[in-house]
Amino acid sequence: MSEQFQVKSDLDLWAELDMDVERFKNVPPTLTQVYKDIFLSQENRPESMAYFDEMISNIYTGRIQEIVDAKKAGHPVIGTFCVYVPEEIIQAADGLCIGLCGGSQATIPDAEKTLPRNICPMVKSAFGFKVSRMCPFFQALDFVYGETTCDAKKKTWELLEEHVPTHVMEIPQMKRERDKKLWVEEVKDFKLEIEKMINRNITEDELKAAIDTLNAKRVSLQRLNSLRHHNPSPISGRDMLLIQQIAFYDIPERFTDKVNQLCDELEIRIQNNNVVASKETTRIMISGTPMALPNWKLHNIIENSGAIIVNEESCIGTRYYKDTIETDGQSMDEMLEKLTERYMKIDCSVFTPNDDRIDQVIKEYRDSGAQGIIDYCLQFCHTYNIEAVKLREACEKQGIPFMAIESDYSPEDIGQLQTRVEAFIEQIQG
Amino acid sequence: MNIGIDLGSRAIKMAVLQNGELVNSKVVESSFEPHKQASEMVSSYNTIPVVATGYGRHLAQKHFAQQVITEIKAHALGARYFFPNCRAILDVGGQDSKVISLDETGRVVQFQMNDKCAAGTGRFLEIMAASLGYSLQEFAAAAQLSTEDIPINSMCAVFAESEVVSLRNRGHAAEDIARAIHLSIAERLTSMLERLGIQGDVVFSGGVARNSFLPSILEDKLGRKIYIPEQPEIVGALGAALHLHKQKPAIAV
Repeated sequence: MSEQFQVKSDLDLWAELDMDVERFKNVPPTLTQVYKDIFLSQENRPESMAYFDEMISNIYTGRIQEIVDAKKAGHPVIGTFCVYVPEEIIQAADGLCIGLCGGSQATIPDAEKTLPRNICPMVKSAFGFKVSRMCPFFQALDFVYGETTCDAKKKTWELLEEHVPTHVMEIPQMKRERDKKLWVEEVKDFKLEIEKMINRNITEDELKAAIDTLNAKRVSLQRLNSLRHHNPSPISGRDMLLIQQIAFYDIPERFTDKVNQLCDELEIRIQNNNVVASKETTRIMISGTPMALPNWKLHNIIENSGAIIVNEESCIGTRYYKDTIETDGQSMDEMLEKLTERYMKIDCSVFTPNDDRIDQVIKEYRDSGAQGIIDYCLQFCHTYNIEAVKLREACEKQGIPFMAIESDYSPEDIGQLQTRVEAFIEQIQG
Repeated sequence: MNIGIDLGSRAIKMAVLQNGELVNSKVVESSFEPHKQASEMVSSYNTIPVVATGYGRHLAQKHFAQQVITEIKAHALGARYFFPNCRAILDVGGQDSKVISLDETGRVVQFQMNDKCAAGTGRFLEIMAASLGYSLQEFAAAAQLSTEDIPINSMCAVFAESEVVSLRNRGHAAEDIARAIHLSIAERLTSMLERLGIQGDVVFSGGVARNSFLPSILEDKLGRKIYIPEQPEIVGALGAALHLHKQKPAIAV
């Protein structure tokens, strides 16, 4: 498998998408090597991971072709950067919701020609992908739906608008009744925008079906995550991160099937004690900011230091799937209300107060059987960085080993991170 | 016997233990191939197991060392050798500074490292001393002569250097600037220690602990006693050697 694996190329397709083909053609070979080193070098991976390997192999070709074909057939293609943008509505319009590229160092220099250096690497990376025409997903979509979660993002949308049509929905920063009212209005406006694209109204049946589809997707991920909590672990943290990343660009129904198939396999593996780590392996939980594809830096460091990651409390992690939408809403307004309620439960650090998140982190720590928490903060993400103070206090009170790390995508701090991670593992082992 | 070797950014340190007692030590400046230097340092003890620590620990393990531990654990073990009741360690080396808090038994409770820039490190002091035309010894001695308080705002080595240039050009005496730099570095180290919520006295290790001025300002700022081992550079290497001594049966010689 490892020998044959290749991230595929399709120069014609990329040219059709007006990409910088000359530059981009170097990306697949690089990703192939990185992927082999980080993922395919692991021993005893579940067989059902083959599908997810295939998704990486096709990331710049097969999957892009599917998106281009869907677009030609009249389906709207919307790029997003945040788990607050309601994908059920896009799904109801028979559209494609794609979480965009923002996890690579490669395009940051492109972004820094325009953006200040001291902002979040995810925002810089994403902006860089667009301006350098280095992301086929970005090139294929109709428009970007941004939000007002953080300052770096909301001001970058104003600049991104010059390169790709960018809509913005306002996400409030508190969770009072009046904020909820605003939020419901924003969700309704979002629906109107999508309806404008498809030149018709979304029906109640369509929204209901979409809610069911995405609930099923989130439930499959909940199921997978709770199987993974088994000690000893039946699947590595790296593979789990990968699946949670792929959740943002795959077709929901297909993805759900494949996740459930993997879950079936993991159930059998657990029964047969066919696992990827020993019971003595140090179990680490990650909390904090998202790790967008292909940001595998911290997972790789931690698991190469002999520990296993057993949970990600993150947007690309439980924050995406811990809640589903209640299905007792019947009318369009009721359904939109229920939908908004679900989205309001997402506990991003841009909200104040945000004590629910502290409780959620501790709950996930207990559920996952972790022995310590590493809080991951993307550099210059002020809200998560400051919230780490409260998180540390809560962990200290409960005697939970806690370490906060701030990092970006560059390789320059790998040595230092390795020292910290190893010292943290030593600290847990006593 | 046990050997610990600490491959740091600026120097390689070795400590040799016999029956749990420090019997020999050595410090050399590190060059381009630190593992070769290190392996030479331990070569006269060729049958004795070596534990490596420091940035070069994995490289050392690839070539000759039997085990590795991190600098954090090594300093915790080494500091306790000199000061058996110590609960907090401040280590300021060439390229990073770290603070570690320990429980009563010597276990690491928490640690913090400043490792992404030169602020608060030996390198910072070197650059500042050089920009005033001092050697490191002269730099600390000059600072002690001054009673003037000038604030230095920048902790970035690059910006602080230009701040020093502008202070000189405003007519400030070199001793006063030297003092200001010492105060600002002490401020930074103090806040690192206080963030950790340390208890009791502090053991100060690493080459910078030899500075003749810094320990006394740190004592003033912290309101705690600072203890400095006789050879502050070798605390990490000693800790690495102690690691093996403590779990004797692990490796047969």
